[in-house]
Amino acid sequence: MTMASTAQLIIGVTDLAAALLFLYGLKRMSSPVTAPSGIFVAGLGMLVAVLASFFYAFDVGAAAKPHLMVNVGLGVVALIVGGGVAWWAGKKVAMTAMPQMVAIYNGMGGGAAGAIAAVELFGTKTPGTTQLVVTLLGALIGSISLSGSLVAWAKLQGVIKKPLRVRGQQYFNILVLLGTLAVAGYFIYVAQGASGQLLPTPQLIYLFFGCALIYGILMTLPIGGADMPVVISIYNAATGLAVGLEGFVLGNPALMIAGMVVGAAGTLLTLLMAHAMNRSVANVLFTNFGGTPKHKASHIKGSLKPTAAADAGIFMRYAKNVIIIPGYGLAAAQGQQKLYEFVKLLLAAGVSVKFAIHPVAGRMPGQMDVLLAEAGVPYDLIFQLDDINDEFKTIDVALVIGANDVVNPAARTDKSSPIFGMPILNADQAKQVYVVKRGQGKGYADIVNALFYADNCNMVYGDANAVMTMMIEAVRGLGAKAAA
Amino acid sequence: MDFSIQITGFVALYVFMLAAFAGWVIIGHVPAILHTPLMSGSNFVHGIVVVGGMFVLLNASTVQEQAIGFFAVLLGAGNAAGGYAVTDRMLAMFQTSGQKAQHAKLSHVKARHPRKD
Repeated sequence: MTMASTAQLIIGVTDLAAALLFLYGLKRMSSPVTAPSGIFVAGLGMLVAVLASFFYAFDVGAAAKPHLMVNVGLGVVALIVGGGVAWWAGKKVAMTAMPQMVAIYNGMGGGAAGAIAAVELFGTKTPGTTQLVVTLLGALIGSISLSGSLVAWAKLQGVIKKPLRVRGQQYFNILVLLGTLAVAGYFIYVAQGASGQLLPTPQLIYLFFGCALIYGILMTLPIGGADMPVVISIYNAATGLAVGLEGFVLGNPALMIAGMVVGAAGTLLTLLMAHAMNRSVANVLFTNFGGTPKHKASHIKGSLKPTAAADAGIFMRYAKNVIIIPGYGLAAAQGQQKLYEFVKLLLAAGVSVKFAIHPVAGRMPGQMDVLLAEAGVPYDLIFQLDDINDEFKTIDVALVIGANDVVNPAARTDKSSPIFGMPILNADQAKQVYVVKRGQGKGYADIVNALFYADNCNMVYGDANAVMTMMIEAVRGLGAKAAA
Repeated sequence: MDFSIQITGFVALYVFMLAAFAGWVIIGHVPAILHTPLMSGSNFVHGIVVVGGMFVLLNASTVQEQAIGFFAVLLGAGNAAGGYAVTDRMLAMFQTSGQKAQHAKLSHVKARHPRKD
């Protein structure tokens, strides 16, 4: 047995093991009980696959032989630098910034798939039209995912504040996409010229990648920040697909399987998210949501009724049951710890407390669950919209902290509202509603919330963290007085 | 004896089809509470692209190929390592009240996270 075929055997076996570990890991990740071990299983698969990839060194083409030592060195450096920096950033970033980190890492994956395609295209390694079409398709999807993810990151990070929209933008975007496809088509035509040999046409390749990257940017710019989770999920699926396609070109089953699994899983995840927001994916991508709210907030009756944090805290201490609706404002103020401290006081006093999580609370579906989990809230106190929405009618207090659009009754009644039709938490049906809010500003969708003006609603203005501290002190003060 | 792991033609289509189906089925039963960690987790899984990058880099014979190959491995490694770090942090936070002694008194609260069957 030659060295080369031994290397092939080792790579084949480890890639098979990696594919199995990925599938098993993802399966474990789909239940909260087994999830933490799921990522470890998948990580093990990644580790063996990366280590085994060095065995490619025993099976390189004649042209690459003289450069082998340099190439191996470059590979080690790239793995350590790329992996190290990303690992460090991933460990260090605040939990609230997770969505944009996912966007960045996803863009990197797309870029890597695009780069692999570029090497295949620049070299003469792509025989046959099928291979060429698949390479170009993977390159197109990967490039769009790269530049699109970067724009998504910029939006979530607040680098790009407002969606950029101009008249006829959608038509222009379609034109750019068609242009990119035309370049790809011409490239195939040239490459399959007389001899059937891939001719070196670097300018065309540059043009192709340039167009694809620009399309990714143009496509993402007009989408509002509130829709970014769905967009990131789409790009996640896209990168998976691109990786799968490049895996086909390289003839690597691990890439094919892992890429395609993510492509399908990501697509389903995107549909689930869009469904939770009561919008179709096409609606997210091609309509202008939350841009220029045309409707006027004319028919809102009542007034804003501010109240002191201490009063609200004491009121809840003597309530029978409280449902808490956390939103991004809580996370932004880093108030989860204090909130849970307050909840523990209420629980100790015999108050029934539950958390109600809207599917899009925070900036990404499920993000609020993660943030509460971080603060130590056991996840069996946390309920999703469908499971808890009927309970609001029967409870004493709904405490809304830093959430806005997800409790706006306009979504039920006001056809002209941009969030009309989105399922909301029925906080307005509670006997008493407290809304903790930094100021009188509007929510992410930039619309007025009728709930805040309702008769049963009081506003507690202030930073969520500070407000929770005041509530804790007020309730503790009661206990101290009783003891004295 | 020669071992080839090349998959081409219709066999590749079968692999794609079955893999896509597997991904679809696995995610189909996920509660909303895990949407973000799972997106992050699947984001980590496509970091396997780093292996493709290694293949391309090790087979590079020109400076241009080396540069692009290096870039591919750099980005792919970032995808994999970063994806793991973020997902691991998210998932490490999941705990039930039963697992935490100080919340023992809450253990009568039923864990109610119905799967979307």
